[in-house]
Amino acid sequence: MDVTTLTYIFVGLSFSLYIGIAFWSKANSTNDFYVAGKGVNPIANGMATAADWMSAASFISMAGLIAFLGKDGSVYLMGWTGGYVVLALLLAPYLRKFGKFTVPDFIGERYYSKAARLVAVICLIFVSFTYVAGQMRGVGIVFSRFLEVDINIGVIIGMIIVFFYAVLGGMKGITYTQVAQYCVLIFAYLVPAIFISILITGNPVPQLGFGDTLVGTDVYLLDKLDQVTRDLGFNAYTENIKSNIDIFCITAALMFGTAGLPHVIVRFFTVPRVKDARKSAGYALIFIAILYTTAPAVAAFARVNFIESIQDTSYESSPAWFKNWENTGLIAWQDKNNDGIIQYSAGSAIEGRPQYTPERGSEGQRLLSNKSNDLNDNEVYIDRDIMVLANPEIAKLPAWVIALVAAGGLAAALSTAAGLLLVISSSISHDLLKKTFKPNISERQELFYARCAAAVAIFIAGLFGIYPPAFVAQVVAFAFGLAASTFFPALFMGIFSKRLNKEGAIAGMVSGLIFTLTYIIYFKFLYTEFNSADYWFLSISPEGIGFVGMIINFIVAISISSITNPPPKEVIEMVEVIREP
Amino acid sequence: MQLNKDGYWKENIKILVSLLSVWFLVSFGFGILLSDWLDQFQLGGFKLGFWFAQQGSIYIFIILIFIYIHLLNKLDKKYFGDRDSGDDN
Repeated sequence: MDVTTLTYIFVGLSFSLYIGIAFWSKANSTNDFYVAGKGVNPIANGMATAADWMSAASFISMAGLIAFLGKDGSVYLMGWTGGYVVLALLLAPYLRKFGKFTVPDFIGERYYSKAARLVAVICLIFVSFTYVAGQMRGVGIVFSRFLEVDINIGVIIGMIIVFFYAVLGGMKGITYTQVAQYCVLIFAYLVPAIFISILITGNPVPQLGFGDTLVGTDVYLLDKLDQVTRDLGFNAYTENIKSNIDIFCITAALMFGTAGLPHVIVRFFTVPRVKDARKSAGYALIFIAILYTTAPAVAAFARVNFIESIQDTSYESSPAWFKNWENTGLIAWQDKNNDGIIQYSAGSAIEGRPQYTPERGSEGQRLLSNKSNDLNDNEVYIDRDIMVLANPEIAKLPAWVIALVAAGGLAAALSTAAGLLLVISSSISHDLLKKTFKPNISERQELFYARCAAAVAIFIAGLFGIYPPAFVAQVVAFAFGLAASTFFPALFMGIFSKRLNKEGAIAGMVSGLIFTLTYIIYFKFLYTEFNSADYWFLSISPEGIGFVGMIINFIVAISISSITNPPPKEVIEMVEVIREP
Repeated sequence: MQLNKDGYWKENIKILVSLLSVWFLVSFGFGILLSDWLDQFQLGGFKLGFWFAQQGSIYIFIILIFIYIHLLNKLDKKYFGDRDSGDDN
């Protein structure tokens, strides 16, 4: 069977599984819909959290990013796992004890203010929508490359599936589909990684193979990679390019952002007891670490394989994947010296993203209308997003492995999208309607509004997938900076300080948001020509600025609180109660 | 009861501070600030600083959470006995 047929079978099977679970776990109350009746087993919740957390970015993009960033890519590995330590120790158990439905719920009640709740809802919607847009693009990429359908049809199919289980099942449906999705995605990630590890190093465990010698030699993989990257004019793979302070801030922004992401926090509201919330964070990190410790190995293997399979080969005899991805528009070849041979080295081959002309060149390659970059000899443009998806093809693995990876990528994107859509819908039906504007609605009505809000959110997310704003990929990384600079301080101080009051919390969140957003917009959208270390504040890149925003939030919140009245007695009592297990 | 509660919270903070120091040391310390220096040592085919940045820190994160779970369960028992903290809303 060919790859496309197999992919249809794998994707079809996994999708019917998800829909089946949706019917089986239909939500009957708001409690079911928002927090799965608080009856989820901690191990199952750990898996669901892991699937919720590991998005298209983790599954599809991360290893590719690391493959090209080398050691600088560690920020994602440490940032996106270390955040769970912060979450498990400082937030999850206490927020579970608080025992309500949403993150704005906690902020609204702890800071006894509808305004605080509203600020939290606005931050939440902003963070979650930027994030969900990235997922839908992931769905589109997988569909267009592997099922050879139009990206838009792919996005619509994805929307229908998510609609089914998110609108019908709410959190309950989402939780149990996420458990299934975790199994699909981790299997799909590990199988090719293990195969490739055996092929390259002879060691079946990618985490160890990564530090092993190449088959048939006594040269370590990483030493070889350092040498190859250096020879081609790149920095050595295992050395940093970014400054230490920037790496420090990016890692911190990702960690505290992770701990402050509403769709992750809310997963800890679904377990029966405080004890289970702690346990569940531990299991979640194990399940996540299985992928996150494999990813850097995949990255190193992919970089070696990629260079070896195309460097100095003629286009005519280049592997099929090279031409397939060229057809999808994610690889391009500009034959600068007209010798018909692919030369890959440091520097960007062309200016900007490839713009293809309808013609083909003498070798059959797609011609580009971009200006070629004459400062270097590199002839290859490659979109980093394709490395994980192309890796099995590059390593010449069997067709079923390639099909499996497609199903895994979809599972990763859909599970995260569903989790995000749920927090968006519950913040609208619960925080905006029930708690702010229409307090008199019955539970049945609230559930109805929650379903409507989920449906509308899915529709908007789909539009993002079909008409992706050009900046989606960048914005997803900034969602973390925004979460770190708004939510984390308000949640942390809400538990660990009895003195922080509503004035302080609101001023802190607003100043963190404005500072971080302004910095990002200034460098990333308005004055991109100044976006370099020379102009950055303390040489901190926009990716890491959320950490500074978080510190500003803390300083503002504490100083405003100290000159205004302390919180009322009931609130202090509430803090005492959530501190007990 | 008041005294009890204060004691519980103080011990809890002590546990948090010590675990978070290790968390900081392995990631921001070994993985970032001291990483280049650690790279002079070799762990199999890995430079040590590189290994901490891409592998080691993650393993230690997991261990930290499980130590936390264990210590807090013990602490809960010491101050609150076998009280079940579940709620029914």
